Amino acid sequence: MLFELDAATLDRGDTRVLDGLEFELPEGASCLVGPSGSGKSTTLRLLNRLADPDQGRVIYRGHDVRERDPRELRREVCLVPQLPALIDGTVAANIEFAASFGELEPDVPEVLRLSGLDPTFAGREATRLSVGEQQRVMLARALALQPQVLLLDEPTSALDEEARDAVEAALGDLRKRLDISTVVVTHDPAQARRLADWVVRIGEGRAIAQGVVAEVLPG
Amino acid sequence: MTSAIDVSLGEVAASLVLIAVAIAVSRWRRAELESDITVAVVRSMLQLFAIGYVIQAIFDQESLWLVALLIVVMVVFGAYTARARATAVPGAFVPLLIALALAAAATIGLVLALGIFEPEPQYLVPVGGMVIGNAMTAAAVALNRLGDDVRESARQIEATLALGATGSQAVDPFVRRSVRSGMIALVDSTKTTGLIFFPGTMVGMLLAGADPTDAVRLQLVLLWVLLGSVSISALTATGLAHRNFFTDAHQLKETPSQ
Repeated sequence: MLFELDAATLDRGDTRVLDGLEFELPEGASCLVGPSGSGKSTTLRLLNRLADPDQGRVIYRGHDVRERDPRELRREVCLVPQLPALIDGTVAANIEFAASFGELEPDVPEVLRLSGLDPTFAGREATRLSVGEQQRVMLARALALQPQVLLLDEPTSALDEEARDAVEAALGDLRKRLDISTVVVTHDPAQARRLADWVVRIGEGRAIAQGVVAEVLPG
Repeated sequence: MTSAIDVSLGEVAASLVLIAVAIAVSRWRRAELESDITVAVVRSMLQLFAIGYVIQAIFDQESLWLVALLIVVMVVFGAYTARARATAVPGAFVPLLIALALAAAATIGLVLALGIFEPEPQYLVPVGGMVIGNAMTAAAVALNRLGDDVRESARQIEATLALGATGSQAVDPFVRRSVRSGMIALVDSTKTTGLIFFPGTMVGMLLAGADPTDAVRLQLVLLWVLLGSVSISALTATGLAHRNFFTDAHQLKETPSQ
């Protein structure tokens, strides 16, 4: 099993964000689906220890994530946030910046291609790109670390339909070309059907349903 | 001790005319600073008279222990004051205390070791006060900037943490900008000194009848000492305080809003 959440509970101030959340995610393509405020983005952040639950455990490939060095875990289980947050400089500089944390020499044209961008983007100023292009540079940055798992938080929420299709196509292509598992957070059941084999439906900080996509989200 | 310049209490009182001008301007332009100006006048008078008597007592005693005690009090009070400007930085007091102590110890130690000043209260008290005052301002400005930047850029910092960066790596560009902010005011005023303003020490010496070239030499020493102290202070305060934004697992303590 890729991830198991064991009674994860997390409070933010007086609000209970996760309430004894329990689910399993197998290797492959998974989605966490739920409405805004259901706790799915917070759940994603637990998977690579950007946050820890107040109670309960997060198990990654059989081991509690707290047993791992959080920096090593994050290079192996890489999270792409909901909104682009690039550093000033070129696209190539952003990719090299990311790779430096894993002490890797990135193949910039290759990670751009894998992210659905033409290699000529390498020399362009990252923060001047469209939001959809920036989102794919965020994906390229993550791929530069050669992760085994990609966590994507609402990767198309800020995009128009055309840019959304391009990102979804890049993710589908990525799964075919790399041996990589993906966990995508989305509020859109239709997107979950397009991107995942396994789905967990989350509501009010609890898992409402989980299983293969055809059973949990029949079309 | 005799004084080269004699200012009577009546002459001090006469300078309050300018305070009346400041209050009038504030009231006329509705700046709402009248009560602040009044508090500033009263506090400056009480504080300066008090420190004047303390310094007089230290000079009379000629005790370096009393000088050291005064410097310690100034460091603690300076850190306490600067903390109020750095409310967005968790646990800012200890980094500020260490920054001011280090700036004071390093700069005063160096000027003594180089033989620039004699180890006497007459030199150590005013130089210590200037060093700690400037170090306090630099550290406060630097931490204020750091706190604002981290809050505004929390998404970018967390995106960098998500790539496997340490907290220090994720916040490094903001620390650099904060150090710059803490130092830039004194660097700029040092650049323009003598052209568009005369620094306080030089003015004081000229008013007291000193030779202008002596005044310039002493002023240069103090300006350069102050540059050293603000750099140590800003660097130490930000270098220690930035860790307080993160847990041991390199997580931002304050979660960014999406």
